[in-house]
Amino acid sequence: MDVVKAVLEKHQKELDKYKPITVEKHLECRIDVGSLLITDPNDFDDRQLANNKEEYLAALTRENTQLLVNAIWELPTERVDESIVAKLPEPTTVLPRLRKPPGPRPLTKWEKFAKEKGITKKKKDKKTYDDVLDKWVPTYGFKRAEAEKDKDWVLEVPENADPNTDMFQKKMDLRNEKVAKNEIQRMRNIVRAKKIDMPRSGYLGPEAASSNQLLTAVTVAKSSTASVGKFQSKLPKEKEARGLGVKELIPGGKRKASHITAQPEREANLDLIKSVLSKKPKIDVDKAISLQKQDERIEREAEGANRPAKKGGKKGKGSRKAVGKKPKGHQGQRAPGKKGQTGRKRR
Amino acid sequence: MSLLMIRKPKTRKGKKVLLAREPQLIESARTMLFVDGRKCGGHVKQCMKDLQQLKKPLVKVLNRKNDITPFDDPSSLEFLTMKNDAALFTFGSTSKKRPDNIIIGRIFENEVLDMFELGIKRYQAIAEFKTEKIGACVKPCLVFNGPKWAQTEELRRLRNLFIDMFHREKVESIRLQGVEHVLSFTVTDDMSVLMRSYKILLKKSGQKTPRIELEEIGPSADFSIRRTKIASEDLYKLARKQPKQLRVTKKKNLSTDALGNTKGRVHLGKQQTGSIQTRRVKALKKSPEEKRTDRQKKKVALRAAAAEALAAAD
Repeated sequence: MDVVKAVLEKHQKELDKYKPITVEKHLECRIDVGSLLITDPNDFDDRQLANNKEEYLAALTRENTQLLVNAIWELPTERVDESIVAKLPEPTTVLPRLRKPPGPRPLTKWEKFAKEKGITKKKKDKKTYDDVLDKWVPTYGFKRAEAEKDKDWVLEVPENADPNTDMFQKKMDLRNEKVAKNEIQRMRNIVRAKKIDMPRSGYLGPEAASSNQLLTAVTVAKSSTASVGKFQSKLPKEKEARGLGVKELIPGGKRKASHITAQPEREANLDLIKSVLSKKPKIDVDKAISLQKQDERIEREAEGANRPAKKGGKKGKGSRKAVGKKPKGHQGQRAPGKKGQTGRKRR
Repeated sequence: MSLLMIRKPKTRKGKKVLLAREPQLIESARTMLFVDGRKCGGHVKQCMKDLQQLKKPLVKVLNRKNDITPFDDPSSLEFLTMKNDAALFTFGSTSKKRPDNIIIGRIFENEVLDMFELGIKRYQAIAEFKTEKIGACVKPCLVFNGPKWAQTEELRRLRNLFIDMFHREKVESIRLQGVEHVLSFTVTDDMSVLMRSYKILLKKSGQKTPRIELEEIGPSADFSIRRTKIASEDLYKLARKQPKQLRVTKKKNLSTDALGNTKGRVHLGKQQTGSIQTRRVKALKKSPEEKRTDRQKKKVALRAAAAEALAAAD
């Protein structure tokens, strides 16, 4: 017991040589060691603050810093290189961020479809062996265009095309079209992701739009009625928009013709069956008459051709060729092989 | 790459810059933008220069004078901070109505979150203190004195802003000898903020923890709070929201006992008692005598079979 007391007394005497590191405070100070922060809620000694401000502030700060340093020295330490390092805990003060935390990326139209169907991406090989060139050729990236050019140093013009077409230009145009289409799809994906309301025809406003775009916008607006613009009145010289891609923009423009007929379906089906199964052929009287007349005419021509060879010159009924006669229309059904009458011009 | 980027970058460097401007999971250290107002000189200029010194290298200084009034129209400041990728800004100006005016603020989502206009009543620059200084890039200790800091919402925000401004970056460990700088902020009864900056001297104390002595270096300023513009509660809450991925998930099968030993539980599956391998069980292993008797029996059987075969052949 005495030994313990003696040791403690000695320790205390040693400590008395130095200035104390303990600090007395009324209220507890809040310490955030992670950000080296201490907040002291105690009231000031107003007299001292008024009279010797700087010394008072220095003393106050010294006490608070002492408390903070005591807390830091309590932390677990490790030796890094030649210095002793204390491991700080996580800071408790929450500071605002500069930007919102990143959210999940919205899926594109293709990504949604692929997810549904379970389609996974297949990685392309960087190099493939090309038999034509007999070497390893990159499929994308550095030196691919060169390899393509090597392979397609000549392009055949197909038989049914104009021999003066520039096939290389055509190939480039095709690729540029694809790039443009891809850009449009990308923009549409962005619009869909950001949920912006964009008009269908891509009308940007009177300042930015060209005359064609304005015309398209007007056409689309007119067709946006319940009867697809059939009953909208038109100005006297107003034109309809024409060109590629306009039909897609008109609502219902891509719809196929309806299969619903005027006659009720049941009757239509019965008629069809009747005509197929009945043994009597249906006779189209008008067609029969015209066919008969045609036959007679051919016979007469044949006779007319023979007679002048025998007699020569006697103008009979038969030699009357159909030269001055008005050509027959045949109700629009012209025999494909038969060439028209060469004598008289059809009007 | 963000799906929602309209203009795609044409160079690799541009791509990196644009990627840095997108929302990140862990944000980098916040830089401060220093902007001059229509007229900027004297104490304000000196104060801004000292702040730059304190915050190096996380600063961006704009040299030209700008005719901006942040409290009327913050959009110019928002544009400047967006272009310079800064999260904090300091705008210094002086006029007859508001002499020695300094506006400190921070940004969230390209918009001003909080703004405080402080008037410099008294200022002493770093150069005026003829003492030995500390090195650059030292993480300071922050001390907030006075009961008023926690009383009003404005002062709470101001305290948060000061912490944001001066705490530099978040560190995981600190050299014990590197605790050299302390900044103290005091709010007096007449709502003036007193900022003092000291150098820490570690003296012997007979124990492991040293005794602290302070020596004043660095700027000493008395600010008065003029105008403030603080964000609403909701916006402030939104700005402080941390991403879910950073939340630490506790490992469930670990536990520590009273002595500090870490214990873990390993979960085995259910045992298939019906299909345990029972071959080569040592208890059922044949002894050498048993093996010998078996061999002899086999030989006898073979001989008998051979004799029979011969007899049958004959």
